[in-house]
Amino acid sequence: MSLSGLRVAVIVFPGSNCDRDMMVAIEQLAGRRPSLVWHKETTLDPVDLAIIPGGFSYGDYLRCGALAARAPIMEAVLDHAARGGAVMGICNGFQILLETGLLPGVLVENAGLKYVCRDTSVEVVEGTASPFTEGLSPGQRMIIPVAHNEGNYFASDDDLQRLEDNGQIAFRYTESDIIGPANPNGAARNIAGILSTNGRVLGMMPHPERAMSPALGSADGATMLNATLQALAA
Amino acid sequence: MTQTSGKPMNDAEMNFEMAASMGLSRAEWDLILDRLQRAPNLCELGIFSAMWSEHCSYKSSKRWLKTLPVDGPQVIEGPGENAGAVDIGDGLAAIFKIESHNHPSFIEPYQGAATGVGGILRDVFTMGARPVALLNALRFGAPDHEKTRHLLSGVVSGIGGYGNCIGIPTIGGEVNFDPSYNGNILVNAMAIGLANSDRIFRSAATGPGNPVIYVGAKTGRDGIHGATMASAEFSDETESKRPTVQVGDPFTGKLLMEACLELMASDSVLAIQDMGAAGLTSSSVEMASKGGLGMEMDLDLVPAREEAMSAYELMLSESQERMLMVLKPEATDTARQIFDKWDLDFMPIGKVTETGRLVLLKDGGVACDIPLDPLVDDAPEYDRPQADVPSRPILASDSITSDAGISALLRQMLATADLGSRRWVYEQYDSQVMADTIAGPGGDAGLVRIHGTNRGLAASTDCTPRYVEADPHTGGAQAVAEAWRNLSAIGARGLAITNNLNFGNPEKPDIMAQMAQSVLGMGDAARALDTPVVSGNVSLYNETDGKAILPCPVVGMVGTIDDIDKAVGNGLPHAGLSLVVIGQDQACDDGWLGVSLYARMLADAPDAAPPPVDLDAERRHGLFVQSLIADGHVIAAHDISDGGLAVALAEMCIAGRTGASITCPATGNPHGWAFGEDQGRYILAVQDGNAVMAAAAAQGIPATLIGETIDTGELQFGGGDVISVEEMEHLVETTIPALMSGAGHTEG
Repeated sequence: MSLSGLRVAVIVFPGSNCDRDMMVAIEQLAGRRPSLVWHKETTLDPVDLAIIPGGFSYGDYLRCGALAARAPIMEAVLDHAARGGAVMGICNGFQILLETGLLPGVLVENAGLKYVCRDTSVEVVEGTASPFTEGLSPGQRMIIPVAHNEGNYFASDDDLQRLEDNGQIAFRYTESDIIGPANPNGAARNIAGILSTNGRVLGMMPHPERAMSPALGSADGATMLNATLQALAA
Repeated sequence: MTQTSGKPMNDAEMNFEMAASMGLSRAEWDLILDRLQRAPNLCELGIFSAMWSEHCSYKSSKRWLKTLPVDGPQVIEGPGENAGAVDIGDGLAAIFKIESHNHPSFIEPYQGAATGVGGILRDVFTMGARPVALLNALRFGAPDHEKTRHLLSGVVSGIGGYGNCIGIPTIGGEVNFDPSYNGNILVNAMAIGLANSDRIFRSAATGPGNPVIYVGAKTGRDGIHGATMASAEFSDETESKRPTVQVGDPFTGKLLMEACLELMASDSVLAIQDMGAAGLTSSSVEMASKGGLGMEMDLDLVPAREEAMSAYELMLSESQERMLMVLKPEATDTARQIFDKWDLDFMPIGKVTETGRLVLLKDGGVACDIPLDPLVDDAPEYDRPQADVPSRPILASDSITSDAGISALLRQMLATADLGSRRWVYEQYDSQVMADTIAGPGGDAGLVRIHGTNRGLAASTDCTPRYVEADPHTGGAQAVAEAWRNLSAIGARGLAITNNLNFGNPEKPDIMAQMAQSVLGMGDAARALDTPVVSGNVSLYNETDGKAILPCPVVGMVGTIDDIDKAVGNGLPHAGLSLVVIGQDQACDDGWLGVSLYARMLADAPDAAPPPVDLDAERRHGLFVQSLIADGHVIAAHDISDGGLAVALAEMCIAGRTGASITCPATGNPHGWAFGEDQGRYILAVQDGNAVMAAAAAQGIPATLIGETIDTGELQFGGGDVISVEEMEHLVETTIPALMSGAGHTEG
């Protein structure tokens, strides 16, 4: 399948604010605009990839992602995932996926107790099997920015070990010459993104849709998203 | 149900004591009695007091604001609307404004700052523009003052809390410290939006009989009489006014923004006004009076968050995230569906009338019935007396001396809060959402791509209060010139400005002189640089217990660049580049140290004149730098400002992690040369220094080849005087984090 044949949906909650950015990024790569699906919808047309974008869904009231995880559309997203459909959650989308239980663990407040927006260096972890990583090289480093207040990944030691053993850690923060610590938020084992056990669901804090060209500071987000789309189209 | 008897039924008559408690003078009270031919009730008095407050009426500043240039071929909408609008080509308009939230931010820093951002964003999207960038200008007290850490931390997280959530990137700003702000911080927020030039919405009500619609969040008792509070001096008791600070909800703000922009894309809205300062009062009065009409509203229909709110409270509440609109009658259903989709209140609460009066109904009776003309046209305008501004002596550059070398002084200077990196601040702002940020905070100017094009919108906020204090006229001009330089240094051409005039009590002649003279200076510079003033805000009475702040007339400039790929940053990327100073000739071996950071550090800032601003030179130097960048001759550029040439060089080395070797002049005072703050200068890193020198000579622009970038990781002044780039980076990166972690902090 060509990339323009891919069916991509971006879920829009009230308070989502990276929905347009993701739509523009996917259109830039695939040549076709993804559909935007409103949170009050109860069905999702068949898609090859459902993306839950960043932002502050429902104002992040109660707890980041907690309300969005119970929105009408999420039943359909869970059904899509249960059928083996690909789902990608970025930032608030990652928080929402954790709240649905599609991914294990929690994201707590940054270790610095402050919102942080800056570039990070993200390394592709070895030993994964997923459409999000198969087109990337293990050890490959990408400059992709983060922007969040609750990106500090936490899970029990047993769960963390299980993630390691199952090849579910997709991306880690790594040393670079960017000013500040490599890990921007205190995440356990420098985790920047994790996969479901079947590799079809990805949650990550960095925003690839913001790193789409050298003019924006990095084109590595385009590399990452393009690899995902290519894998799903193959 | 219209009733225009002129005599509301259900409220007790007010007296002068009540009026005085709301900040009105005896003369103003007498004027109300004369215009109404009776005493007002509480609600009516509250409306007069709010509309005639300094905040809403500009009564002390209006006379001087009228002297500012507001026209130009690029101007679509000058001052007077919710925000100013300029033509940026391709059928697009940049719509922008800056506004202060100083008093609320001192009382409740998080909410004060957050609602400042929310308010300025509403001003921009009310005009039909999608906001694309935020900036700010912040002033705090001494770094070691007991409240500074708490206030800085709260303000920064409040600015981020609103901007990050609503999803508009913060691309620039400034943060500075001075003890004069210990009891009165400044929080000025600026927003820029983009709209189609032929789809700009205004606030004048039209069409008698047309429905007046309230949309957005419900009204509560927060912020009642905030506009009046912002028009009075602070005292020790002011902090007990915390309950009057508005509370922001960026989530509702986001929904309101999306709903309004969706509605504006349809052909439904005739007039729209944000409920900002003085809430429902100023929005209804301004809409009706601009349309030359009247308005009638039933306050029982206003969506209220609290029980039993009185007419006075409903009219004076400053609850956030609310708008008032006049719709085409046939469009009401379409509009309601859009607001239902976004789960926002949508309530027809009245209609436009032909009466020229504001009539408010409540509990079955008339709560207010007053003519609109006096509220707006009779608003007082004062020509307050000004003291003479004493002319300060020019500080001889050899009058402050030190045996220390340039690098030793630079080391000392870079370690101050004045020059510490603002990374701790701006990393708390989402500077990249919307995925069009080409240059975020930390550079000379912020730059966002105009979505879907390769053109860019640049912006900077600037003011140097110590210059304004030393010479208000020069300081006002300098603020405009520095903003112009900051834009030029990335390759952008300034188009227009918005200003935020922060001063003390204008009833004091020396403060009045600061304001009037700096506005005149600002006007001169805006004329010379073709950057008219299209919007602005005035914040007076910035005093605590009778002591005024350092005057701070902030300029926010917006400009464009035709090709974002040509824009440059200020970091030196690699060795082998020539360094050229534009605006300084070879013979210049001296420098202007009066009111400089150097003078403050070594001699406790003796009274002296600030560096003069040559507006013709500013214009020519700026245009020259812009053209060199557009032609691809420039690798990096930086304007020379606080701390002079040596500090600018240090900042370029740090930003690009590359060293430089500099040739110092053989004669004159080397410290004046290194740290003088002469205006109109830039440092350029270029491939071909001689070509740039020749181009400058051809245009009669002074320029000096001062050195080259090197790969030793050092900044060298004349060979032996050396400081490593790594050490400089460590110095600037540790100051603010150490301050905020409490290291070296004296708890009060």
